[in-house]
Amino acid sequence: MIYREAGEFKSSYQADQAILTIRQDRWFIWGLMAFAFLVIPAISSEYWLTTIMLPFLILGLAALGLNILTGYAGQLSLGTGGFMATGAFAAYKLATAFPELNIVIVILASGLITSGVGILFGVPSLRIKGFYLAVATLASQFFLIWMFNKFGWFTNYSASGVISAPPMSVFNEILVTGPHATPVAKYLFVLTLVVLLTLVAKNLVRSNIGREWMAVRDMDIAAEIIGIPMLSTKLKAFAVSSFYCGVAGALWAFLHTGSVEPLAFDVNRSFQVLFMVIIGGLGSIMGAFLGAGFIVLLPILLTNAPHWFGLNIAVDTISHIEFMVFGILIIFFLIVEPHGLARLWQITKEKLRLWPFPY
Amino acid sequence: MFQRNIGDVILEVQGISLSFGAMRVLNNISFDIRQGEIRSIIGPNGAGKSSMLNVINGVYHPQEGTIIFQGERRAEMKVHEAAAQGIARTFQNIALFKGMSTLDNIMTGRNQMMKSNLLQQAIYWGKAQKEELKHRKVVEEIIDFLEIQAIRKTPVGRLPYGMQKRVELGRALAAEPEILLLDEPMAGMNVEEKEDMSRFVLDINDEFGTTIVLIEHDMGVVMDLSDRVVVLDYGVQLADGSPDEVRNNQAVIDAYLGVAH
Ligand SMILES: Nc1ncnc2c1ncn2[C@@H]1O[C@H](COP(=O)(O)OP(=O)(O)OP(=O)(O)O)[C@@H](O)[C@H]1O
Ligand SMILES: [Mg+2]
Repeated sequence: MIYREAGEFKSSYQADQAILTIRQDRWFIWGLMAFAFLVIPAISSEYWLTTIMLPFLILGLAALGLNILTGYAGQLSLGTGGFMATGAFAAYKLATAFPELNIVIVILASGLITSGVGILFGVPSLRIKGFYLAVATLASQFFLIWMFNKFGWFTNYSASGVISAPPMSVFNEILVTGPHATPVAKYLFVLTLVVLLTLVAKNLVRSNIGREWMAVRDMDIAAEIIGIPMLSTKLKAFAVSSFYCGVAGALWAFLHTGSVEPLAFDVNRSFQVLFMVIIGGLGSIMGAFLGAGFIVLLPILLTNAPHWFGLNIAVDTISHIEFMVFGILIIFFLIVEPHGLARLWQITKEKLRLWPFPY
Repeated sequence: MFQRNIGDVILEVQGISLSFGAMRVLNNISFDIRQGEIRSIIGPNGAGKSSMLNVINGVYHPQEGTIIFQGERRAEMKVHEAAAQGIARTFQNIALFKGMSTLDNIMTGRNQMMKSNLLQQAIYWGKAQKEELKHRKVVEEIIDFLEIQAIRKTPVGRLPYGMQKRVELGRALAAEPEILLLDEPMAGMNVEEKEDMSRFVLDINDEFGTTIVLIEHDMGVVMDLSDRVVVLDYGVQLADGSPDEVRNNQAVIDAYLGVAH
């Protein structure tokens, strides 16, 4: 009975509407923040920051974007990769056309441009649902990638086809992109942005728009009868979701890989992010990050685990095992626990709340 | 009995006919609804009662007839416009948002009154929060009124049937409607639950002056609660009048009340 809300009486609805209503949860989050901002940069190797933490945070952000659309508003999308690519190319065009622009502005503006594209591809959602919408978004995925490959304008007519992100800095001096940016600077930059955008997402889903999204998801005809306008509610979901995916794409290209290439955002990326959402938990903000952490870490774990036990397994065998594990997990979560890891976490907390008494 | 406070006609249904393909579901139906009354629609299964509610709140578009609402002839409208006009309803087969809590479900009922924009909601502090708190207060009053404090945070999908019916009433009530359409709010309930629900219906009508259109199969309930009753039978209007008039109407006795239900 250590973890509980008993003894914490809320004297106002404001307190009851706070993001975290249980004291231990608040401590947990503050602890996590301190750990993420102070401890991780201090103790992590370059390898950890660049190959684990950056992809985890950036893909977590993309998963959060998809979760808003699919988990909250109920609109299945396979276009995540295309939207991430839009963000990446928008950032590249902005950064090269206006070199004096601040990187934060470039990234947020890329998100907004992606929002616009997302709204455009979201229009069919008024008419089509579920599987058919998934196919339509898949078409948009292929269209966008084709477009970025086809027209030289997007790559500033680069001959090699490989374009690298120009060096850019925050606070006038700290480089966050380009070959000379330190991993710690990149990590802290991405972390800050991800934390702020996560807070924004949390605010949205606990406000009226979040309830409207969930209402449309759970029963669209009833939502309409109580006065929720279908098209604008769905388009807002596409807009916000694409904003997150666009920002994630820009961060991926500028801060993680350092180069802008359509291949990084092909349909495999769309599925990868969708699997994060399914494993992490549909309709949960924390789930997006749990799923991202899981999918980023699992291959690394599978690659290294045999060595710890002194086993020697061929690389291709490991990648086969990886596919199998993913497949099994996705089937498991789809059938047994559609709310994913986030729900398992919640059940653990509910048990903890009652512990050690079963009732 | 207390003094009934019944005003002018608020909604008038004139010569409504509705067909789905070759099937005629409503045939030249005409009746009116007065401000502040409890108006029941009864009839056997498949009589067209639910369809009539769907016509009133603009989900079904009748082929013939007109609806005069608040003195004006109503044009064909979109589904989401009924709420803005002050028409709220509950459904025969509960239509709650299953993944959301009781509180959130009832809060959605107030979506028409929420004015903060996406950006304000993203930042939350300030206008969006003030709005949330203001509406939360009203919703808490509804929760107290319906005696569902204990299930405030429970996802409605996990609630028993009777409780879901109550939450759905709460969501409709949250819109502060002019007219409340209740499609079999007591179906499948035991006697106590029916008594509770009847009390809520009477209290809503009495305290807020809400006009109520009620579809119900339990004749005892209908006769007790209603000011006036319309009787439908396979799309045809058999009778319209006070509970006593309807009860003694020969056509109604033949077609409906004579049949065991
Ligand atoms: N959308 C629709 N499409 C086709 N037929 C419909 C539709 N809605 C209703 N009907 C038909 O109209 C008839 C009347 O249905 P309605 O639901 O209005 O009856 P009801 O009086 O509410 O019956 P119950 O007491 O069983 O609820 C039924 O035969 C039904 O099948
Ligand atoms: Mg019916």
